[in-house]
Amino acid sequence: MSGAVHELKVKRIESGTVIDHIPPGQALNVLKILGIGGGSDAVVSMVMNVESCKGPGRKDIVKIENRELAPSELDQIALIAPDATVNIIRDYTVVEKHKVVLPKMAVGVLRCANPNCISNTSEPIASEFVVESTHPVVVRCVYCERKLSGNLADHLL
Amino acid sequence: MFAGRHIISTREFSKDEIDHILKVAERLEPYALGKEKARLLAGRLFAMLFFEPSTRTRLSFEAAAKRLGGSTIGFSSTESTSAAKGESLADTVRVLSGYADALIIRHPREGAARFAARHSRVPVINAGDGAGHHPTQTLLDLYTLRKECGLEGVRIALVGDLKYGRTVHSLAYALALYEAEMFMVSPPQLRMPGHIITDLVQMGVHVHESQSLQEVMGEVDAIYLTRIQRERFPDPTEYQRVAGSYRLTASMLQHASPRTIVMHPLPRVDEIAPDVDSTPHARYFEQSSYGVPVRMALLCLLTGVIE
Ligand SMILES: [Zn+2]
Repeated sequence: MSGAVHELKVKRIESGTVIDHIPPGQALNVLKILGIGGGSDAVVSMVMNVESCKGPGRKDIVKIENRELAPSELDQIALIAPDATVNIIRDYTVVEKHKVVLPKMAVGVLRCANPNCISNTSEPIASEFVVESTHPVVVRCVYCERKLSGNLADHLL
Repeated sequence: MFAGRHIISTREFSKDEIDHILKVAERLEPYALGKEKARLLAGRLFAMLFFEPSTRTRLSFEAAAKRLGGSTIGFSSTESTSAAKGESLADTVRVLSGYADALIIRHPREGAARFAARHSRVPVINAGDGAGHHPTQTLLDLYTLRKECGLEGVRIALVGDLKYGRTVHSLAYALALYEAEMFMVSPPQLRMPGHIITDLVQMGVHVHESQSLQEVMGEVDAIYLTRIQRERFPDPTEYQRVAGSYRLTASMLQHASPRTIVMHPLPRVDEIAPDVDSTPHARYFEQSSYGVPVRMALLCLLTGVIE
């Protein structure tokens, strides 16, 4: 269907970062992980619930203008969007394209589900999880060893 | 191999490392019993940070340090400390690690010991963090089995609250290193969590599950009882019924091998009838006393006094 149309939408930014193949409904959470919210001056646009050209189902797309995000910044989004692809755009052209890679550790992104965990206190502490498996994503708190799995978007800080 | 290390969870130690700790503990046992004197830890100072009271654990560490000429400072509840004024655990640890050769920490929150280790300049020993790890308990349990009935390939019944009892989880993982055969005996609502059973089976352990202590009595070298907590049952009569059916008595032990030993991390409530105390099976008081040589071994290894 609108493959050409949304292709057009994707290419419309002159330079910046386009994150494609985000599970439907997760675009805002992707921005949350990237720390791009109301307080930032980034020009951001989102496409939500578009049909995926790669097959059945729908997806979200996020476009961040005039900012090339580094892989290290982007990889944390693999926690909720494991199949996301990142396109770096310069002069309306994709100059770089790669898939996000789930990092070995997720630091300061997720909240531990154990209310009695030391990471859920006023201590000077960043939550920290070891990624134990990728499909599906399972992470384990380094402090209390509680596992998180399923929809990790529910556990974003 | 151990100098400067933290003791947070026994799962971070290899079988060789655990064996080494147990062997050092065995060498130190005469000193723990006061039969021999030595000042191996003379001039060493250990800080006890007990953010929740645990008299037995604290006294056992103090006995271990002082029997070998070491000293201790610290607190046994948060009431009189700066934590009561709102000081963070991180700051308390930073300050006290400037005074002492090692920190011994008990805290009501899971993960507190690992967090403390990150802010400490000296080794941290976890003396229990919430429902989390209590590695010195696991080590003394292993030491008891090694001394009293043999550790390698031991056939052991783990009895009681296997769901919430993290002590028994740590023990099960440690026993897997020794090719133990495990009989998990619990009421259905307090069964060992499935993921732990899966882990143990993957580690090559033969795991049996049962609801009846009587049923496995004749099969095992050791019976390890744990407390079934009243709080786990919303209905008090249900608690009475369940707890009653996991109470060990001397007459039940008639079906056990004469060499089967009975262990319990103590304090017991109703899990073991007093008439078991005088049977040749009872080992829970020995078990408790073995906490001292095991803790001596850790203090000596972490400070580098013993290699
Ligand atoms: Zn946690």
